[in-house]
Amino acid sequence: MKKYTYTDKKDTRSGFGAGLLEAGKRNEQVVALCADLIGSLKMQDFIAAFPERFFQTGIAEANMMGMAAGLTIGGKIPFTGTFANFSTGRVYDQIRQSIAYSNKNVKICASHAGLTLGEDGATHQILEDIGLMKMLPGMTVINPCDYNQTKAATIAIAEYEGPVYLRFGRPVVPIFTDPDQKFEIGKAWMVNEGADVSIFATGHLVWEAIQAGEILAEQGIDAEIINIHTIKPLDAEAILASVRKTGCVVTAEEHNRLGGLGDSVAQVLATQLPTPQEYVAVDDSFGESGTPEQLMTKYGLDAAHIVEAAKRAIKRKTKSAVSAL
Amino acid sequence: MTTDIDELKSIASQVRRDIVRMVHGCQSGHPGGSLGCTDYLVALYFSAMNHDSEFNMDGIGEDLFFLSNGHISPVFYSVLAHAGYFDKAELATFRKLGTRLQGHPTTHEHLPGVRIASGSLGQGLSVAIGAAQAKKLNKDASLVFTLHGDGELQEGQIWEAAMYAPHNKIDNLIAAVDVNGQQIDGSTKNVLSLGDLHAKWTAFGWDVLETQGNNMEFLLSTLAEAKSRTGQGKPIVILLHTEMGYGVDFMMGSHKWHGVAPNDAQLAQALGQLEETLGDY
Repeated sequence: MKKYTYTDKKDTRSGFGAGLLEAGKRNEQVVALCADLIGSLKMQDFIAAFPERFFQTGIAEANMMGMAAGLTIGGKIPFTGTFANFSTGRVYDQIRQSIAYSNKNVKICASHAGLTLGEDGATHQILEDIGLMKMLPGMTVINPCDYNQTKAATIAIAEYEGPVYLRFGRPVVPIFTDPDQKFEIGKAWMVNEGADVSIFATGHLVWEAIQAGEILAEQGIDAEIINIHTIKPLDAEAILASVRKTGCVVTAEEHNRLGGLGDSVAQVLATQLPTPQEYVAVDDSFGESGTPEQLMTKYGLDAAHIVEAAKRAIKRKTKSAVSAL
Repeated sequence: MTTDIDELKSIASQVRRDIVRMVHGCQSGHPGGSLGCTDYLVALYFSAMNHDSEFNMDGIGEDLFFLSNGHISPVFYSVLAHAGYFDKAELATFRKLGTRLQGHPTTHEHLPGVRIASGSLGQGLSVAIGAAQAKKLNKDASLVFTLHGDGELQEGQIWEAAMYAPHNKIDNLIAAVDVNGQQIDGSTKNVLSLGDLHAKWTAFGWDVLETQGNNMEFLLSTLAEAKSRTGQGKPIVILLHTEMGYGVDFMMGSHKWHGVAPNDAQLAQALGQLEETLGDY
């Protein structure tokens, strides 16, 4: 088992800010828009470097999405920045018609996703955004796990042609991925190989899954951990290959259990390789105020809950399911 | 590009024939607003706009038009076809399975001349502002035009965009509002009053022009005036006073023909009032 350690912690949104600056340096067509949340989105460095390529829209997200669609006409690569809630639910129809259906090369970059936004409470803690975005035909949905991966993903989506939803967050979390990684959209990342259970995690839950893997190892359970940073298009090949080895699955995400990574994985498995699966996700509820750590514990999104889910999944492995492999 | 009024009127007559035939052909669609906006779109595509029918999505170096009230797609399609973007025979496929001429305009089927999907109202002004910003970044001096329904102004996004454009001196943009006073459920006065539109746009910081939207002479002079006011720090909006259903007497002045197709007898009656000038598709 590969041991993951970290020496530094940062917020993934800062990875976005660093990636946006780098993408802007590499391609002068990259432009950015923000709806009155420059500091929260860590867009200051891009703005300082390229003031003429930045558009402050004020608190008007619908207009921002429409403008982003329009900026692509003329060759620009627009990155929009606001909280995940205001990047998706608030502007769903603008994204649907002006961006997704119109197939515009817009990068919808969403910070403060999920419960880890913390004290602001449920109005701002969207737990439905992955579902909303993945249902849109042609939309790519990415949820990276740490600062380095978010930075790499931001650079990668600038080079990709088509609409993308990039989801990241506010809390300071361990940096454990390679600073020089090449981010491949749609390619799952093998964190740790194992034989007893597949843990597919996305976003902040990847680090929790790594912690869970260590706890499970101490108990003699060999977990395979895979980072599904791209929820759409889903790396079905990697999922199936892993499940053929392990025969049971845990999915882990900071999202409603309805419509998120877990459902995407379940759809692949139900149609191609029916497998016992346990969800680590929010059980169809809104969030509430609290510290990120308190909320992740209360709503069952931490290493301890992944461990329990892994044990349940292993218990559900039946002879017939195994023999079907 | 022409300033010959008779020629423009003759094109408009054929476009109106196309509209009623298209809507009749599939027994659905929106003839009222299409007929009312025919003169404006003809004035744009055959006189005011510098555009290239060899379609290129980015439209660098040419004027762009965005139809925000996408339900008046029949007039848009007919004008695009006559302007050379695609064969006018394709107008016969309007709203039929497999067509590029979807009920509401879309880029999805790659119909030349369409740069954004529209239909869900209120989004086109924002898109046009984005395109206008791209032109400024590209040092492209050409202009961006839009058209909106007056009922569409009830959408909140319009006013987000209306606030943005003057603040950011989007002065390469000429928006237009089809002020026909009608919407699906009745007159705008009864459904949700728009109030003093001239005062509203002025208060938001726009340079406001008004004209008779079914008078070709007035349209050309107003568009010339609007173009002369670009580049002066303000976006421009033209309030087009039109009559829904203009050109077909029994469709005029009523919201009842907003989204209703004529039957065979009504088609014949309508075509009797519209001279065939360029040949039916």
